[in-house]
Amino acid sequence: MRFLFKTDYEDDIKLFPHSGYIISYGLLLALLLIAPYVLSSYLMSQLVFVCIYATVGVALLILTGFTGQASLGHAAFLAIGAYTAAYLQKYNVPFPVYFLAAGASTGIIGAMVGFPALRLTGIYLVIATISFALIVEEILARWESVTNGNEGMRVKTLSLLGVTVPRDSPTFYYLCLAVLVLTIVGTLNLLRSPTGRAFVAIRDSETAARSMGVNVALYKVKSFAISATITGFAGVLFAHKLSFISPEMFTLQLSIEFIIVILIGGTFSLHGAVLGAIFIVMIDPFLTYLKDDMPGIIAGIAATFGASPATAGNIQSNAAAFASLNGLKGAIYGIIIVLFVLFEPLGLYGRWLKIKLFFQLFPLYKRATFKRQKIYVKSERNR
Amino acid sequence: MLDFVQQLVSGVALGCVYGLIALGFVLVYKATEVVNFAQGDLMMLGGFFAFTFIGMMGLNYWIGFAGAVATMALFGMLAERVVVRPILGYPQFSIIMATIGLGYFLRSVAGMIWGTDDLKIETPFSQGVLRMGSLVLAYDKLSVIAATMILCALLWLFFNKTMLGTAMRASSENMLAAYYMGIPVKRVVSVVWAISAAVATCAGVLLAPITFIHSNVGLVLGLKAFPAAVLGGFGSIPGAVVGGVLIGVIESMAGFYLPEGWKDVAPYVVLLTVLLLKPEGLFGLHVRKKV
Repeated sequence: MRFLFKTDYEDDIKLFPHSGYIISYGLLLALLLIAPYVLSSYLMSQLVFVCIYATVGVALLILTGFTGQASLGHAAFLAIGAYTAAYLQKYNVPFPVYFLAAGASTGIIGAMVGFPALRLTGIYLVIATISFALIVEEILARWESVTNGNEGMRVKTLSLLGVTVPRDSPTFYYLCLAVLVLTIVGTLNLLRSPTGRAFVAIRDSETAARSMGVNVALYKVKSFAISATITGFAGVLFAHKLSFISPEMFTLQLSIEFIIVILIGGTFSLHGAVLGAIFIVMIDPFLTYLKDDMPGIIAGIAATFGASPATAGNIQSNAAAFASLNGLKGAIYGIIIVLFVLFEPLGLYGRWLKIKLFFQLFPLYKRATFKRQKIYVKSERNR
Repeated sequence: MLDFVQQLVSGVALGCVYGLIALGFVLVYKATEVVNFAQGDLMMLGGFFAFTFIGMMGLNYWIGFAGAVATMALFGMLAERVVVRPILGYPQFSIIMATIGLGYFLRSVAGMIWGTDDLKIETPFSQGVLRMGSLVLAYDKLSVIAATMILCALLWLFFNKTMLGTAMRASSENMLAAYYMGIPVKRVVSVVWAISAAVATCAGVLLAPITFIHSNVGLVLGLKAFPAAVLGGFGSIPGAVVGGVLIGVIESMAGFYLPEGWKDVAPYVVLLTVLLLKPEGLFGLHVRKKV
């Protein structure tokens, strides 16, 4: 096992603590760069969605994971980004301009949401962001001169510096990947700067942060604005990927999906956003696969355990009927959320850390290392 | 004027349903500081159970009603035991997510069992109307208002006059201290969940003649109950009901007097305004925090 000796603050905040990081992330980046030449077009399309969801996940992590301000309204920020892009595109504004404009407009609205949120904590903030998202959804449906109402807006093919970039081309994937990587690197730099430290201080204890001289109001608004801006950028890519946007795409359901991304990935590290995005995007094809193949497999197992062909056939058709029930997907979603909260509160990245530590300390690993403290007294909860 | 009274009464009736759902939030929130995002789905499930007992098994309305309430009370205890108790004491965010997950699950399962059609429960008072001059009031709306008042009175008596109610208030104040004083906190919390689910079921059954029961009704109404609870100050039982009635009236007035689209947004606009100006709500208490 490797020991890292830190002799000054610069050592502590290095982007790459040791050479192993450069090698493994370089390898990962290389794999992602050659992906379009290896994977099928369907998987590539899913990978683009992973990039977009992960970008939103990182944005949400800045706000929820590192500043401790829960938000169930990120679908609205995504929608504002997407609609800004679609609207400006109608007037032949070039991509770089409307990309930045979408980020800027979403950021300004994010800051405006941040101001009322200053006085709110915990559950009130969650409810306020839900209300904000519902109001935005209604505005999108009603402001027909700009948003085209419930009929939705068509988004033209992206053209970058005179070259058209179709939504299923490798170039579009590289663009999404570039946005994701830049977002992650930017966020890592943000988090090791004084601003990021202030965010974490606010998360851990607002009162303590204030008494250390952190301007809590300013940093909360900053956190909202940064998070919204990144989500706005993701919104532009989202609009281009779908090539059609309408209000019913940006419902509370989508906001909950974004929260699930960071919840399943892990809320304490940027790895969580990426792992969660992979999970949430890949669960759909996986469930479809189960639905198509599982009944046959179950029948096969039943047959090997000595069921007669008639019973096996019966089991197969029953399993198929169960798999095609309406709403099974929602139930599975629900169970996954509950199971993660109950048994894996640190998410997939937490599990990875636990496994890593288990092998590093081999016979000496203790479960209690990752145990969280429970607080039963109301007055001791400082949020 | 007549229109106004008509709108007022239907707004109050709708508001009572919001109030009852909000009451469920508040009960659980007061006792455990858990915000149950699945409250609306408990209501939906209660409505479906009542439909099963009354519509499908053909029981008497009142027996079916009681049966649904009893079933849901048990279900509330089960949900508390399985989903909430293991994570009690962890940050609020995890608990909110767990109840959102529970809500997802209940909605989908109810859709699988009872289908996605709108279901209707026949009630003894779903037909008649009360005529006062030229004012026509439907019995089903009046029944909601009356039932809400009775339920509130019962709950008030329960919380303020019985041992168990006092124990509940104590454990909501400080779980650890209540435990040291010999209050079986776990059992108390379990009972709170049972009451909350029972109240939700009452809301569901009363609502059934007005807006039909379907698997998404819980989500829609549950989200409307949040503004009600916040308006009332989230920790206050009368506040929840008053908040609910206010939200119901505002919604119904906005639907009648304002342009289309305002009806669905008005409760949330009110909510954001309240949070901006008076975050502790109308009946909220000022709580000091310890660092």
